[in-house]
Amino acid sequence: MTLVRSILLRREAGIVVMIFAFCLAVGLYKPHFLTVQSLRIILLLVPLIMIGAMAQMLVLVARHVDLSIGSILGFSAMVVGLMYREFPDIYWLVGFPVAILTGAFLGLGNGLLVTIFRLPSIIVTLGTLSLYRGLTFIISDARQINRSVIPTELKAMSRTSPIFDIPWIILIAFGVALMTYVVARHTQLGRQIYALGSNPEAAPLRGIDVAKVTLVVFTLAGALSGLAGILYASRWGFVNPSNTGAGFEFQVIAAVVIGGVSINGGVGTVSGTVLGVLLLGCVSAALPLLGIPGSTQNAIYGAVILIALLIDRSVRQRGVTSLSRAAS
Amino acid sequence: MLKKSLLAATAVLTLTAGTSTAEDIDIVFVGKNTGNPYFDSLTQGFVDACEVIACNFEFVAPATAEATSQIPFLEAQIQRGVDVIAISPNSPDALNQVFQSARDQGIIVLTVNGDITGNEQFRDATILPTDFTKVGADQIEMVGSLIGYEGEIAILSATTEAPDQNFWIEGMNETLANDPKYANMTLVATVYGDDQPEKSTTEMEALLANFPNLKGVIAPTTVGIAAAAQVVQSRGIADQVKVTGLGLPSEMREFVKDGTVEGFQLWSPYNEGWLASYFAVGLKNGTMTNEVGGTFEVPNLGTITINEGNSINTQAALTTFNADNIDDFDF
Repeated sequence: MTLVRSILLRREAGIVVMIFAFCLAVGLYKPHFLTVQSLRIILLLVPLIMIGAMAQMLVLVARHVDLSIGSILGFSAMVVGLMYREFPDIYWLVGFPVAILTGAFLGLGNGLLVTIFRLPSIIVTLGTLSLYRGLTFIISDARQINRSVIPTELKAMSRTSPIFDIPWIILIAFGVALMTYVVARHTQLGRQIYALGSNPEAAPLRGIDVAKVTLVVFTLAGALSGLAGILYASRWGFVNPSNTGAGFEFQVIAAVVIGGVSINGGVGTVSGTVLGVLLLGCVSAALPLLGIPGSTQNAIYGAVILIALLIDRSVRQRGVTSLSRAAS
Repeated sequence: MLKKSLLAATAVLTLTAGTSTAEDIDIVFVGKNTGNPYFDSLTQGFVDACEVIACNFEFVAPATAEATSQIPFLEAQIQRGVDVIAISPNSPDALNQVFQSARDQGIIVLTVNGDITGNEQFRDATILPTDFTKVGADQIEMVGSLIGYEGEIAILSATTEAPDQNFWIEGMNETLANDPKYANMTLVATVYGDDQPEKSTTEMEALLANFPNLKGVIAPTTVGIAAAAQVVQSRGIADQVKVTGLGLPSEMREFVKDGTVEGFQLWSPYNEGWLASYFAVGLKNGTMTNEVGGTFEVPNLGTITINEGNSINTQAALTTFNADNIDDFDF
């Protein structure tokens, strides 16, 4: 009983129920939705959002927000694409450190602006959202990096698998989630991020170097967005200055918030975030399967996000109520 | 006919023939948006032609393909006093007033790769890649030939409101309904991937799940056809589902080489820019006239006729790309 209660009291309970309910409902109408094939489709839809969500989760927990991660994704992907185009003989794996370092550098830029000028991160990253996107246009001369330029080995990572027939790109995404879990729960840095987000005023009194933690959080978020950038090139086989990463920040913030991360900082778990990402992946895959026309899909997608948030809130409220009843 | 090396050779010949008399003609091409590889190729046609006939060429485009986003660019070019504005319009009616003020100043306005249907009086002529009324029928024939003229087919298009795609889809439906050759082919669904790879992919996956007997997919849009091909490639079902449509050879080469796609179609965007430059300079110099029924010569493209509504096509029918010829094209 205590075990059941402790599971139900977790923030993740509501969203797990929602994922099951949604998938079963779609499955009743379209049994094909409950097949392994379908699971594969969903898992191939989410790797980039999963990695972006880990980045955004860390930033939100620290009581900041990063609106520029889609532009960082686009810029990093473009840097790697240009590298492959200008140096066709370069070893393809070099793209990974280049993308991650490029992203980290841009993320550090966000962090410096936030800490040095003491500006709200929503304003800083709204600016760099446009700045980094604009730089992507400048370095690429507003031209797309074509499929022929992206190394075959990189593109193959979205299809081929080292183990259990699960493509590399999915394994990398879950690997990032696992590493984020370790950092968040089992390192001093993780504890400092949560402490900073819970109470920014008290954090320095507890000996936390606020500037350092803030810089590290934004740099990490940038590095992860850079990783998502090279994986974009792998998954879709091209890099486009206007499309690559555009709107990514909103998909990611939706997933993270559905996953129970508070925009007021200090609260959020990796498992909840993973579930939020999976719920959105299920919805994206289900809407076309149900034959819902494209013109209405956006509205339904938005409605699902709001409903998920409302259900999550009410489930959590009930959990708190029953907990306090049990205590008294 | 689309080969650039051949064009280059013609270019040198024309240059030495001494026909370059258009020293001061300024041509600007206003694209739909930046970062669109389709327009890279079209722009290159302008650039190469202007090296031959010595016009000054500039390409400008807004960041997004919205109805009004081209207006500030047009106004700047009018102020600059260019001689010719070529434009791929983002809207059939939002640009009328700007076009009017350009033409009041003696600037020639040519719509390229898309027209302002219903407002043709605001431009001088339109240059379209091919006769759009035949695209639908050509695409049905293409998919028919791939599936043996029998079975279920589906269409994966761009956005629901994309005017060109909707016009072609209309043609596809008419062809299927009226031509007995395609009586055994059934169109089971028309879906829209919004020209986004993610959305095109989920729509393609949904087609395969909802219609297990699907034999062919027509994607008359460059993003859609590449996404559809990638799904078929990753599932390894190229022998069961034939993907075709309209695509760029540079984006589709990989899928043709590995057998995922047997054939697809398009025209040469390059030739649109090439022809537009020659026509623009000819009009300004008075060596060509913009009269319906009139003809003029363009190196490498031959005799071009000005059709009803001052409409000019760069090629009569779509070009089909397959494993035999795809390496000949570099756009």
